[in-house]
Amino acid sequence: MSGATRLSTFLLFCPALLWLGLLIVAPLVDMGALSVSERVSSDEFRYGLANYATFFDEPVYWQTFARTAGFAVIVTAATLFVAFPVALYIAKQARGVGRAALFTLSLLPFWVSELVRTLGWMNLLRESGLISGLLQWLGVTSGRVELLYNDGAMLVGLVYGGLLFMLIPLINALDSLDDHLVEAGLDLGGSRFTVMRRIIIPHAMPGIVAGSIVVFMLTIGNFATAVLLGGKNSLWFTRAIYDQFITRFDWPQGAAFGFMLLGLSSVLVWLGLKLTGQSLTRSLQQS
Amino acid sequence: MNKDLDVSGVVKSFGGSAAVDDVSFHVPEGSFFSILGPSGCGKTTLMRMIAGFIEPDVGSIAVAGRSILGLPPNRRPVNMVFQNLALFPMMNVAENIAYGLKCRGETGGAIAPWVERILGRVGLAGFGDRRVDQLSGGQKQRVAIARCLVLEPALVLLDEPLGALDLKLREHMKIELKQLQAEFGTTFAYITHDQSEALVMSDQVAVMARARFEQVGTPRDLYYRPATPFVAGFVGQSVRWSGRVEQRSGGWVLLRTAEGLPIVAAWDGAGADAELFVRPEATQLARTEAELGPLENRFQGSLTSLLFDGAASSVLIEEQSTKVEVRVALPQSGPMQRLAPGDTVWFGWAGEAGACFAVGP
Repeated sequence: MSGATRLSTFLLFCPALLWLGLLIVAPLVDMGALSVSERVSSDEFRYGLANYATFFDEPVYWQTFARTAGFAVIVTAATLFVAFPVALYIAKQARGVGRAALFTLSLLPFWVSELVRTLGWMNLLRESGLISGLLQWLGVTSGRVELLYNDGAMLVGLVYGGLLFMLIPLINALDSLDDHLVEAGLDLGGSRFTVMRRIIIPHAMPGIVAGSIVVFMLTIGNFATAVLLGGKNSLWFTRAIYDQFITRFDWPQGAAFGFMLLGLSSVLVWLGLKLTGQSLTRSLQQS
Repeated sequence: MNKDLDVSGVVKSFGGSAAVDDVSFHVPEGSFFSILGPSGCGKTTLMRMIAGFIEPDVGSIAVAGRSILGLPPNRRPVNMVFQNLALFPMMNVAENIAYGLKCRGETGGAIAPWVERILGRVGLAGFGDRRVDQLSGGQKQRVAIARCLVLEPALVLLDEPLGALDLKLREHMKIELKQLQAEFGTTFAYITHDQSEALVMSDQVAVMARARFEQVGTPRDLYYRPATPFVAGFVGQSVRWSGRVEQRSGGWVLLRTAEGLPIVAAWDGAGADAELFVRPEATQLARTEAELGPLENRFQGSLTSLLFDGAASSVLIEEQSTKVEVRVALPQSGPMQRLAPGDTVWFGWAGEAGACFAVGP
């Protein structure tokens, strides 16, 4: 590479490097430093792991994390379950304009911010909301029904929020499935179920893995949807982090929780990949 | 119990235009039947109807005397080798072959020896653990065929499976396919646009054009006794002459081409205009008119180009009086070997050598 090309390559990389360096790496390093500092007196700090120890010493924190992680797994599975047939239809059945229209329809809700979408769900689910009103009007219930502030509402909202991020890698993966493979699967005596289990799903695996990782990470780190739809009792881990930073003004503790979230969710993704025998690089390459 | 395939009066239209129009044929058990036609002639539609991916509008398809219409593809006694082979990339070779057996409900222990046996018979013993993408083109071909044959179907459909191979391998696979078919005794129905594949391998060939069968016969029949101008032009190389009938006597006609060349042909058909197809190898080359002897059609011309292609070499000759250019096969031995552009040569063919058809209404 000549000097000039090297310089221009460097200049082309500059915006991305600055962006990553200033907005991601630098704050992370700062947060990391913060998380290992213990308050000795009002303006005196020393380094130590006390903030991390709190996570394990206080059952409420790791229990909250366990619940959040478990819930995120359920949300990921539910999203996959809902998105797969839709992706299969868009990738394999829909043609031309219909395909573009369906794709746009699934994209459309994401032109609105997450907060507005969540408020929309609240409008539907609250005591004086649309669904409650409809049930009363139909005579199914006599009084108002509160559908908000429970796990069901959180599940619905989080699945809805993750849908697109599951759909796109699934559609990409299924798109590359050769129709002849499906036909060959049927022709050689396979039922529709066999073809789905032995040909379509294995082919879509990289997309399933990529989509699941993204949805899991987005869900476990979600704040607005979980807190607004789940309410005070949602026991959501990002809520615990928020409380440390904003309510208790204990930044070192909040930073430590933040790193716990990052570390533990990464470990969970790694475990998930190991258990299902998938490789991250292969998934990312193919989808 | 014979396992003949009977197709009769099958019609299939897409959006008003017929893709397959009233096609009937019979394939006896154990024979190699080819459907030969240019792309878009409807042969793939016909094959997909037999496999069960499309239902015909009208007509019947029966195997061993029992109609298979209405049965889904997975319940038909018919298996297909796809154009791109469609081997399952998520399975290894043995799993690909075991797939159909598992679907049929065979259980664990019985499958492995079965797979090993069929791999041995197609010359791939010990390849069971290979991934599909580790195989060469010819090996993939054999796996695709083994995957069908292991199920002992009444009929194997092959949809231009040699299309993706390079020329040398294609020549080799033609012979190998024919040998496999003979060895297993399974009925093969093969579709192709490559006339050489159809002629070399088949017991019977159907030539298809514009949704219909033009002619069904042995390769020899199609080549020497084409029933329609399409078959004459499509099967094998031909030089095509068209002209007006000037004289007619006792099964012979004298045609005059638009350029004014007189041609004698054996023909007892009616019609004012005719076209004549003459095989390049039926045309003889000579240095002098005397060497052409008793041939009815003899012309003098000058050689314009030599088209060297080994055993398939030919020359272009410009006929002296009309300046019409004719392609003639060049024998690669004997006195014609040293021909050079600019030489004066004679060429001719016997009146019975060509196939003649009426043109127009």
